[in-house]
Amino acid sequence: MSAGTTMNHSDNGYNFAYLDEQTKRMIRRSLLKALSIPGYQVPFGGREMPLAYGWGTGGIQVTAAVIGPDDWLKVIDQGADDTTNAVSIRRFFQTVADVAVTESTEVATIIQTRHRIPETPLKEGQVLVYQVPQPEPLQKIEPRETETRKMHAYAEYGAMQVTLYEDVAHFGRIAKTYDYPAIVNGRHLMSPSPIPKFDNPKMENNPAIQLFGAGREKRIYAVPPYTSVRSLDFDDHPFEVQTWKGSCALCGSTTSYLDEMITDDRGSRMFVCSDTDFCNTRQAEAASAPDDKAAGEDA
Amino acid sequence: MAYVAVKGGEQAILNTHKLISESRRGNPDLAELTLAQISEQFALAVDRVMTEGSVYDRELAALALKQAQGDAVEAIFLLRAYRTTLPRIALSEPIDTAKMTIRRRISATFKDIPGGQVLGPTYDYTHRLLDFALAAEGLERPNAELAREPLDGATPRVIDLLDSEGLIEAESDDRAGECFDLTREPMRFPAGRDQRLQNLARGDEGFMLGLAYSTVRGYGGAHPFVGELRVGEIEVEIVPEELGFPIVVAEVTVTECQMINQFRGTAATPPQFTRGYGLAFGHNERKAMAMSLVDRAMRARELGEDVRYPAQDEEFVLSHTDNVEASGMVSHFKLPHYVDFQAELALVRQLRAEHAVTRAEAQMKEVAE
Amino acid sequence: MTVISSAPSMRPVSSGGTSLKPGFADPVFDAQGVFRASLVATAYPGRIVPLDRTFAAPRPFSPATAALCLTLLDFETPAWLDRQAQSGEAASWLRFHCGLPLIDETATARFAIVTDPLNLPRLHEFASGEIEYPDRSTTLVIQVQSFTDGPDTTWTGPGIKESAGVAIDGLPSWFWSDWDLNSELYPRGVDVIFTCGNALMGLPRTIKVEA
Repeated sequence: MSAGTTMNHSDNGYNFAYLDEQTKRMIRRSLLKALSIPGYQVPFGGREMPLAYGWGTGGIQVTAAVIGPDDWLKVIDQGADDTTNAVSIRRFFQTVADVAVTESTEVATIIQTRHRIPETPLKEGQVLVYQVPQPEPLQKIEPRETETRKMHAYAEYGAMQVTLYEDVAHFGRIAKTYDYPAIVNGRHLMSPSPIPKFDNPKMENNPAIQLFGAGREKRIYAVPPYTSVRSLDFDDHPFEVQTWKGSCALCGSTTSYLDEMITDDRGSRMFVCSDTDFCNTRQAEAASAPDDKAAGEDA
Repeated sequence: MAYVAVKGGEQAILNTHKLISESRRGNPDLAELTLAQISEQFALAVDRVMTEGSVYDRELAALALKQAQGDAVEAIFLLRAYRTTLPRIALSEPIDTAKMTIRRRISATFKDIPGGQVLGPTYDYTHRLLDFALAAEGLERPNAELAREPLDGATPRVIDLLDSEGLIEAESDDRAGECFDLTREPMRFPAGRDQRLQNLARGDEGFMLGLAYSTVRGYGGAHPFVGELRVGEIEVEIVPEELGFPIVVAEVTVTECQMINQFRGTAATPPQFTRGYGLAFGHNERKAMAMSLVDRAMRARELGEDVRYPAQDEEFVLSHTDNVEASGMVSHFKLPHYVDFQAELALVRQLRAEHAVTRAEAQMKEVAE
Repeated sequence: MTVISSAPSMRPVSSGGTSLKPGFADPVFDAQGVFRASLVATAYPGRIVPLDRTFAAPRPFSPATAALCLTLLDFETPAWLDRQAQSGEAASWLRFHCGLPLIDETATARFAIVTDPLNLPRLHEFASGEIEYPDRSTTLVIQVQSFTDGPDTTWTGPGIKESAGVAIDGLPSWFWSDWDLNSELYPRGVDVIFTCGNALMGLPRTIKVEA
C-alpha cells in the first residue's frame, strides 16, 4: 500500500476531502498535464462520488484534489450560492473537509461553479473549478471518441465551423447561446461547459487558474492564466455576447447576466442578476451610499 | 420576494432528507425490515445490486436496498460510492469455475453431460401464476429431497469437451496477470476483452438484456446455444507477497454462462464455434446470459465480421451500459438550467421576431404584386 | 462524521541497516500544500514558487525535489532517476515512501528526476506522448543551482502576462535549443518543473524561451 492512504470506516471517518491520497495524486498529475496542454482533455481515472454523475462529480473531484485547510470555498450554480446543488456541494465539503466557506467572490480562493463565471473579476491565485457535463465540444457532430480524438490530434475543426455556418445560413446568425466552443491557446477546441456565451470573454487572459472536471466522461482540462481563448466566429459574423434592454431589478446593474423571473400568472416578469454575490454586494453598497440611485431601478 | 423561492435554501434540502426517511419507513405500525430478511428473502435483488455495484457483500447490498426503498439502481449507486473509498489490499487469483460447488448446471447443447444436468432452484419450469398462498405468513414450505450422494467434486465445463476436437476456438490468456480495471482507469478504445467484460459485468441488466435480445432479432446475426450455465459457490484466493502461496479469503456464489456461437471461419481459420462469456455475482442467469450474448456480439471486430449493429459497436455499448452514469446524466436535467435556458429563450424570441418581420414583408410583397 | 486530517506521522525507518529519512510528517496536508505550489508553478511559469514548509531530504535531493516526489509519484508512475540520484539514499527512499517503480528507460518514464542537469539526456530521449494522448509524456523534475544566477532568458506563453525574465543556472548548453525542438512537437512534448532549494519553477511545454 502506498503511504498516506488513511481510511477508517469503522468510526465513519473519511479522508480529508473524501478522496484517498492515491486518487488525489492521480487527479493532481492530470491537473498539471491539463495546464501544460491548455484546452486538451486529459483522461483520468474518475471515481464514483457520493453525488450523482452529472451533478458535479468532476468538479468535486478536482476541488477535492486542490483544496486545503487554508482555503475559502465558494460554490455557485447558475451564478447563485443558494441554489440547491450549490448548497449540497458546499455542505459536502464542509462535512468531509471542514473547510471555510464564503459567498464572496473576493474572499474565495477556490470557486466551484456550474454554468456561470462570476461577474466580479477574478485575481491571481484564485482557482475556478467548472463542473462539466459533456467535455467534448465535437460530440454533437461526432459521437465517437475514437474519431473526436483524431480531430483534436490533427486540429481538424472544419466540421465545427461548418455546423456554425449552417446556423448562419438558416438563422442569419450563429445560434449557439451557451456552451459556446472556443479555441484555447490557438490550438485546442474546448467546451467552456454550459456557461452562457456572455461569459466566454471572461475566460481569456484571466489572471486566475481555470480547471474543468467532467466526472462521468472522466476528463480533466484547464485554461492557464493569461491564455488566449477565442470563441469561434466568422469575419462577417463576429462573436457577440447577449445584451439586455433593461437592468437588474434589484441592483440596477446593466453589465451583468440577467435571469428572467416570472412573477405572476399573467406573464409579468422581471430581470435580476444571476450572480447573487455580485447583486447583493451592489445592493449593500447602494444602501450605504444613499445618493447612488442605481439600486432599485426597474428593468 | 417571489424569486427567492426558486433558489434552493438549505432548510428545504434538509427537509427533503427528513421526508425521504419518513417515506422510506412507510407505515410505522408495520414491522421494520431487517437486513437479514432482505438478504434472505430478496436474495435475487441483493445479487443484482452486488453484481452491478461491484461489491460482494450481502449485508451491504441489503442495506443499500433498504436505504433505496428497493430501487435497484439507487442501491447500486450507494454501493458503488461506498466502494470507491475502500483501499485495495490485494488482487485475487482468477477463480476456477471448474472447481465450483454446483447448485445448478445445465447445457442446451448435449442431452447428457459428464457430471449430469442439475436443475437446482429455478423459476424456469414454474407456471407464472400468482401464488396466493404466499400472501399468508408462516406458510409451511415443502422441502426438496436430498440426493443420496454428493455431486462429483470437479465438474468439467461442457465447453471444454468441444475444445479437444478443436471445434471451438481456444481461450487464450493474452496478458498474463495484467488486467484492465475501469474503476481505476478511464475507458479506452479499442477496448480489450478484459475491459469489455468488466464493463458488461457492471452494466445495467435491463440494458444488457435489450441489447442481447437485439442480437437474436436480426440486429447482430447471433445463433447462440447455451453451452453451459452453472450456478454455485467458489472460493476466492489471494497470494500474499509475504506467504507466496494462495490462501482462501472468501467464498462467493456466481452464475456463469458460456454461450456458443457459430463462426464461418476465414481463409486462415476453418469454421468453428466461438465463445461468449457471462459472469454475475449470486444467482442471476438473465444477466449472465445477456452478458455472454453481448460479449460475443462485440467480438465482431476481432473475428473479422462486419460491425453493423448497435450490440456489435463496442464504443456505443460500453459507453452506455453503466446505469449509475446513465441515471446521473438523465436525472441531472432536473437541476436548474435557467441560465442556459435564458440564453436560449432570448435567441428564440429574437428569431421569432425576425421571422414575423420577414413574413410580414413577404405578405406585403405578395399583396403589392 | 470525523475528518481525518493526517495519518500517523512517519518516523525514520530502518531498511537494510541504513536509516531512511522520513516522508511527509502529515501525508495529507503536506502533499496538498506542495501540490498547490506545483499547481501555481505550472500555471504561472517562470515564477519562483517557494514551498511554505521544509522537509528533510535524502541525498542528493533538495527539499523541494523530495517534496515534489512525495506529492506526485507512486506505484502508478514509472520513474527514471539520473545516475547521481541513484547513487545516494534517494532511490531506496523513493521506493519505500512512494512504492515507486524505478526504470532504466527514459522513453517510458512518466517522471524523470534529475539532480545533475549537466549530464541530462537530450530531451527527445524522454516520452513526448502520443499524438492522440499528448498527456502521456515525461514530466522532468530538474534540480538546479539557482533560479537567478544563470544566463538570462525570456519566457512567453500561457500563464505569463507579458514575458518573464528567468536566469536558471546549471543547465547544459544545448538545453534551450532542445526546448525549441520540444515546442515544435506541440501538443506533444515534455514538461519540466525546476526545483532549487525549497522552491519550484514550472516550465510547461507551451512556453517559448528566448535564450
